[in-house]
Amino acid sequence: MDKFRMIFQFFQSNQESFMNGICGIMALASTQMYSAFDFNCPCLPQYNLAYGLGILLVPPFILFLLGFVLNNNISMLAEEWRRPRGRRGKDAAVLRYMCCSMAQRAMIAPVVWLSVTLLDGKCITCAFCTSVPLESLGNASHPRLSQGELQRVLARIPCKEIYNGQQLIANEVAIRYLRCISQALGWCFVLLMTTLAFLVRSLRPCFSQAAFLKSRYWSHYIDIERKLFDETCAEHARSFAKVCIQQFFEGMSTDLEAARCHLPRKGPADAGEAAEKLLGITDQGTMNMALKSWHRCKPPLHLHPPAPPTGNGWAGEGKCPTHPSAPRKETAAYYSWV
Amino acid sequence: MDRFRMIFQYFQSNSESVMNGICGLLALASVKMYTSLDFSCPCLPQYNMAYGLGIMFVPPIILFLCGLILNRQSLVMLEEWRRPAGCRKKDPAVIRYMCSSIMQRAMVAPVVWIMVTLLDGKCLICAFSGSMDPQKFVGFANVSTEQVQQLLAKVPCKDDEPMRNSTSRKAVSRYLRCCSQALGWSILLILIVAAFLARWLRPCFNQATLLQARHWSNYIDIEQKIFEETCCEHSRLFAHKCILHFFESMQQEIKLHSFSLPRDGEEAEGGEGLLQGITDQDQVNKLLRTWYYEKPPLDVSQAHQR
Repeated sequence: MDKFRMIFQFFQSNQESFMNGICGIMALASTQMYSAFDFNCPCLPQYNLAYGLGILLVPPFILFLLGFVLNNNISMLAEEWRRPRGRRGKDAAVLRYMCCSMAQRAMIAPVVWLSVTLLDGKCITCAFCTSVPLESLGNASHPRLSQGELQRVLARIPCKEIYNGQQLIANEVAIRYLRCISQALGWCFVLLMTTLAFLVRSLRPCFSQAAFLKSRYWSHYIDIERKLFDETCAEHARSFAKVCIQQFFEGMSTDLEAARCHLPRKGPADAGEAAEKLLGITDQGTMNMALKSWHRCKPPLHLHPPAPPTGNGWAGEGKCPTHPSAPRKETAAYYSWV
Repeated sequence: MDRFRMIFQYFQSNSESVMNGICGLLALASVKMYTSLDFSCPCLPQYNMAYGLGIMFVPPIILFLCGLILNRQSLVMLEEWRRPAGCRKKDPAVIRYMCSSIMQRAMVAPVVWIMVTLLDGKCLICAFSGSMDPQKFVGFANVSTEQVQQLLAKVPCKDDEPMRNSTSRKAVSRYLRCCSQALGWSILLILIVAAFLARWLRPCFNQATLLQARHWSNYIDIEQKIFEETCCEHSRLFAHKCILHFFESMQQEIKLHSFSLPRDGEEAEGGEGLLQGITDQDQVNKLLRTWYYEKPPLDVSQAHQR
């Protein structure tokens, strides 16, 4: 547990590290998904190509979109892009930086899927088994077959159990050939991606370092500002709720005392801290009524200012139309006791 | 747990240690990649050499580039190289030191891959089985030229029909594996001796320059990190101030537009102080709407002038 907490803290401390962590997890997830996936080539001429290329290309697209969905910053980017200008200008360079860094991270899992698929070879074998060069690989003395029949036989190459064209072309020869092509494609693809990544990373300091530092600072700033604003709003909501509920209980207790009208209020001398926290509600019936009232008639989202201790402060009270006026009168009356 | 934490902290504390850690991870990854790779030689005369040599040399290039990309110091070095001189002179010795240390670390994983490949032998068998002299092997001596090429190309594929129990195939395979392993061990020996000599002889030449270069390269790295951390801290403080001023300005706006009592005891309750004068659903909605439609300008000095 400690180990996980430390790793978690390390990733959380730095926003970029956190995103890199998610990136790595998605790459591992895509490898795991591929090995858990049960690949079943249909071994039929019309369906092989669609199935093979579908497995090769559709999951990367899904992983790419998932990379965007899991990235918290996508909503931040959208917000910054669509907000009205107001009193703060918009910097296109910052938006471009955010977009590029998100796209780069989202690309990693699809690239891993494509590489693993190509290096494994099953997809390409399934998709292109009907296109093997029979002239160079096939047996010289094979029977002449019609085009359709030939396609049907070749389509069964990936399915060793039902393959019946051994005299046409040996199954192992064809599979080895296709797998070799697939692995060559895979390694070339990985080499290309790595070279691109290397160029992008190493050319940047040579050309636009100052602009990059600026964009990076302001994109971090926007992120931090959004988080701090959310935290401040949460703090405010907490205080708001606290005062609202406190006023609700006070309102309830004064209501009930006005209704009962016989119990003298317990003097402050008697009130310890615990008694104060009871907010004047000290028996089961009162509490039940308070709970019922909370459910049936929640107070409005409007905090009235605290009553001044010496009486005449309600002259300007016309501002609160939705608040029931009855408790106010009682409050004024009771405070005038003191 | 304690041990793990100590190891983790040790690696984090020193940037060079982090780089060494990444280097080691890449080397392990290259071994793992090789063992999980399903090596299937095509066993065709035109393709064997390309496949065998491709598997031996393309992944090391990829691993080398990965080693450069994952190394933070390479960015630091490039920035130091390309920066305008400004008020601080550039020291080519420092840049050279950083460059050589980055290259050395990036070379480890490719060398590991090539070693593993050679010691395993499959790549060389696949690539060079077609180049063997058929006269040296009994089974291939009396076969026509085109056929011998086909047969030799099929040597790496043990399970194919014509080659299944052929002793000549086994002989060729053993011979090539032996050459491959000899080559692998020789290269490993040469590299280790070279590394040994370089490390032991280095203090005899230019030790002072080396110490300076190492110190200043560490300094540049640390300075870069601290600058980034300071920028993060600064943007956090900036955001904090900006939001506080926003809430204050909303509070003032609300006071101006509503005609409620001036509140004397406003700061009396600690809870209400946090509310910043915003105590109504409409006021909160207005605040949130203003935050979206009119974000405050990026200028926290205004508050001091108010």
